[in-house]
Amino acid sequence: MVACRPAVHRLGWGGIMATDTRRSRGADHPRSAARDAAESYLSHHRKVARDSARRLWRTPLASLMTWMVMGVALALPVGLLLLLDSLQGLSAGWESSARITAYLEQSLSVEQARQLRLEIGARGDTADVDLIDRDSALAEFRASSGLADALDYLDENPLPHTLLVTPLETNRNASGVERLARELEALPGIARIQVDLGWLQRLNGMTELLGRAIWVLSLLLGGAVVLVIGNTIRLAIENRRDEILVAKLVGGTDSFVRRPFLYTGVWFGLGGGVVAWLLLQVSLWWLSGPIERLAGLYHSDFVLSGLSVDGALALLVGAAVLGWLGAWVAVKRHLDAIEPGVPAGS
Amino acid sequence: MIEFQQVSKRYDDDHLALKQVNFSLGRGELAFLTGHSGAGKSTLLKLIMLMERPSAGNVVVGGQVLNTLPRRQIPYVRRHIGVVFQNHQLLFDRTVFDNVAMPLEVMGVPARDIGRRVRAALDKVGLLSKEKMSPVQLSGGEQQRVGIARAVVNKPPVLLADEPTGNLDPELSADIMHLFEQFSQVGVTVLIASHDIALIHDLGRRTLTLDHGRLSAGGPPPGLGGDHGH
Repeated sequence: MVACRPAVHRLGWGGIMATDTRRSRGADHPRSAARDAAESYLSHHRKVARDSARRLWRTPLASLMTWMVMGVALALPVGLLLLLDSLQGLSAGWESSARITAYLEQSLSVEQARQLRLEIGARGDTADVDLIDRDSALAEFRASSGLADALDYLDENPLPHTLLVTPLETNRNASGVERLARELEALPGIARIQVDLGWLQRLNGMTELLGRAIWVLSLLLGGAVVLVIGNTIRLAIENRRDEILVAKLVGGTDSFVRRPFLYTGVWFGLGGGVVAWLLLQVSLWWLSGPIERLAGLYHSDFVLSGLSVDGALALLVGAAVLGWLGAWVAVKRHLDAIEPGVPAGS
Repeated sequence: MIEFQQVSKRYDDDHLALKQVNFSLGRGELAFLTGHSGAGKSTLLKLIMLMERPSAGNVVVGGQVLNTLPRRQIPYVRRHIGVVFQNHQLLFDRTVFDNVAMPLEVMGVPARDIGRRVRAALDKVGLLSKEKMSPVQLSGGEQQRVGIARAVVNKPPVLLADEPTGNLDPELSADIMHLFEQFSQVGVTVLIASHDIALIHDLGRRTLTLDHGRLSAGGPPPGLGGDHGH
């Protein structure tokens, strides 16, 4: 055979070998090659996933430590997010009782007040309008204030007619109530509008601040998780240096060599997610009693809600993605640097 | 199959490891590569395996010029070059079978074919009965044969061996050389770096001799002319 065969392409080598005597061993048949390739690709993924899981299992203590670190780092922001969610539900509950009190001009008669009540009730954004005429208001005030004698000295009833406006359910939030209040105030015949939204706005402000703080915390802890995994994977890469070298020597592509470490990162992430979920469930169970008592004292139906199935899934997937990301960082930095160098010999 | 055209290799520290080396090995040819320690044997093998790139000249393997090959193509070329190391580079955390299976796994050979091909390779080196053992349990000669099985399991057209008999007694060495001869008989181009002069002499094969980076004997054939670099 001629040594220099410019026509022989890299891919053509198989062809050369196919003619040799070892063909009789029963070499590759051309049966659906693409399906074979896909199948072996998938089975290799399964094998690598299984192997890397087994490796973690073989060093249970070290793996557990990493899982714990990840679990704590993930449970903290997720727990705070749950708290935030519950607080938002709470303020939404209180908002539902929001009502606008509209004091009418003194000059309005009861008929005019009834007319105004119908007018406001016909608006699209109100659910209910009650009229408290000035006489019944005075009677109520007289009964509840204990100032009956003092009121007797007044020549006339100082109280105006009052409308109690309940916004439509979809508008029972801070901005909806505020808008309705502004529009009512502009109506002729209405002297003054009173909405006690102050505490609601303060609560909303606090939950917003808390929300942002939690996101900052989540970002920081997420970064920490990536670094922890990255460092763990770096050690794993050092431990398996020989294997990486041999794989590269026998023609392993970069992605082939990376694969086990990326899977290891995913397993670390998933394990961390499970630990985080457990920590959250235990903490919630431990806190639920005192929270119930405290909420009872405030006559509130506040409950610290746990993770839904969707939420738990999102936690696990997020944790796995973080693990993968950490592994990717380590692999990018350290694995590509391992190249077959000096073989033993002369 | 392997061709060196005026190949020089200068390392970063200015050490000139190979000077204008010319030679050509045909398909099925078995040749020895010899020379004193530091003569450039390892460098020459590394150039073929793409562990190093030449500073000047062309390295052609299987008709493909390796100099300009992009980095991500390297693995695909290495799959066509079997390599046997002096220290065999076996992995002790897995069985003999798994060691030999590595090149096939890397290539994405279906699992059902891997078993058959690994056993065929182990059978060839006479270790079929030890597939489930760890390489630690094997003798030096057996370990070397596992390394050979791994190098040939995917039937590469080129087989390189770096001091394959370095640690073995003469009888075992002869066995191993006999194996290499068998591979060359079925068309594999075999290049063996060795300083075991007696063994080389016994086999009477073509011998490329390196002396301070120059090829002092065993020059260009087959086919091509060129200076020998005496």
